[in-house]
Amino acid sequence: MEQWLLLGASGSGKSTLLNIISGLLKPTEGQILINNTELYELSAKRMDRFRGKHIGIVFQRPHLIRSLDVLDNLELAAVMAGLKIDHERNLAVLNDLGIADLARKYPDQLSQGQLQRVSVARALVNRPDLLVADEPTSSLDDENAAQVIQMLTSQAKENGAALIIATHDQRVSEHFTKTYLL
Amino acid sequence: MNIFKISYKNLARNKLTTILNIVLVAFGVAILSILFLASDQISNKLEKNAKDIDLVVGAKGSPLQLILSSIYHIDYPTGNIPAKDAYRLAHHPMVRRAVPLALGDNFNGFRIVGTDSAFVNLYGLSLQNGVFWQKDLEVTIGSTVASTSNLKIGDTFFGAHGLTGNGDIHKQHAYLVKGILKPQGNITDNLILTNIGSVYKMHEEKHGEIDLHPNLPDKKEINDKQITALLIQYKSPMSVVLFPRMVNQSTNMQAASPAMESARLFSLIGVGIDTLKWFAILIMGIAALSIFISLYNAMKERKYDLAIMRCLGASKVKLFFLVLFEGILITFIGACFGLLAGHLALEVIGTFQESSQAKLTGLTIIRQEGYLIWIGLLIGAVASLIPAMQIYKVDIAETLTKDR
Repeated sequence: MEQWLLLGASGSGKSTLLNIISGLLKPTEGQILINNTELYELSAKRMDRFRGKHIGIVFQRPHLIRSLDVLDNLELAAVMAGLKIDHERNLAVLNDLGIADLARKYPDQLSQGQLQRVSVARALVNRPDLLVADEPTSSLDDENAAQVIQMLTSQAKENGAALIIATHDQRVSEHFTKTYLL
Repeated sequence: MNIFKISYKNLARNKLTTILNIVLVAFGVAILSILFLASDQISNKLEKNAKDIDLVVGAKGSPLQLILSSIYHIDYPTGNIPAKDAYRLAHHPMVRRAVPLALGDNFNGFRIVGTDSAFVNLYGLSLQNGVFWQKDLEVTIGSTVASTSNLKIGDTFFGAHGLTGNGDIHKQHAYLVKGILKPQGNITDNLILTNIGSVYKMHEEKHGEIDLHPNLPDKKEINDKQITALLIQYKSPMSVVLFPRMVNQSTNMQAASPAMESARLFSLIGVGIDTLKWFAILIMGIAALSIFISLYNAMKERKYDLAIMRCLGASKVKLFFLVLFEGILITFIGACFGLLAGHLALEVIGTFQESSQAKLTGLTIIRQEGYLIWIGLLIGAVASLIPAMQIYKVDIAETLTKDR
């Protein structure tokens, strides 16, 4: 599976493109094909479902549900996508990302780096075909940024998912060979 | 993990707001349930006790007081009527059954009623143990009297003068318990029944003491026997118009109809009940407003949560119901607590009530209370409708991409 970096200055339209790719924003023209599915021809409800099942999204901010603990946040991803909760899968993902001990912690109790790792885990639990990350490192320090990028690339590879990362962060570009400059 | 857990967790996170809203709903529902239960029980009692009594004849005074004292045994009697006149009425051709009552004494707050066997037939009394009273100073007691004062057959006790309290005890004569009634579910559970002669005997003795001083008019009054009231059952409904008019115009006594007086009583306390009802409705309205405001305000913060859930694959409809469900959950919990509190409060009121005749209980359920739960659910749904509709306005892409 391919891994692409989407580079560009802020305001160049990286996020807009990612939102269009993830089915969050309808393009004025053109089409998005994922696994031969024309995304914007689906009904609103089916597109929500499709996104939940096939696309994992990591945002600049972790956006975890604050009233739920880490494990519940992962389960939420399955429930909202209409999938069965796979408890072992959830634990395995947490384990892979080195945050298994945080499973019963609430978002308020975690650091920025830990939160971003949980949001990566959430994007992965449904075994998506496409992993999309929008500025995943911009609010992290060097060490955490490197770890998160490393996780995204290795997890995407392990799960057989295509990866697109949009960023203007120079620390990220050294990890990628394929870049698209917007 | 499901939609219920998400709602529940979110409510648990905002504990104080949730508690405030639950308390508001519970308070409104509790007041309404107390009103429903109390008015149901009171009207039930009024109806049951006056079931077969068409008319009460007693001394002139307030007709409501006459009804309350001689049917419900709550208020004081209006006075006495000459037994002679009462018996003349009792044998009137329009009268099927007439029951004389002689009141005036009590035992631990339970009224001692002097009457005759017609009383047994009027209320359809049956015995649990022993026999009905026959001779002077023999009594048959109601089931509540037996259980609260621990009287058994063969026990004796002294009556006290007056209708409440143990102030002035008639120590000269003791009553002897001859029988205990089966629970009847009406006023007779709280009465001590004896013959009229016993009541006379008590009071003759008392006046006898005074008699040591020459006091002729007093003695005269005793010789002209008196009773307190006469309960009357008509032979035919035709008498409803004629008989009371006859009593009121041609004798020195008054006739009062239980049906009319209970209706009047209800219209009197009705104002208070209506006021309380509107007060409770107002509180429910405030509860709805409070739920609305707290959900609406929370939407600003929850916008991100809801956007992320959309992003994870939840449809707009699903999230609409998620918010709606939260409002409904609050009012449902509130309504349940309210019903519980209402019943508890009424039971507590019942235990502190002095008059054992009109005791209220919180241990019964009536159908209107089911409506209260539905009303609660409806309020929750209405209050959360507008906040829930915000779901349709949230722009996920913009919300999630923008810095929080």
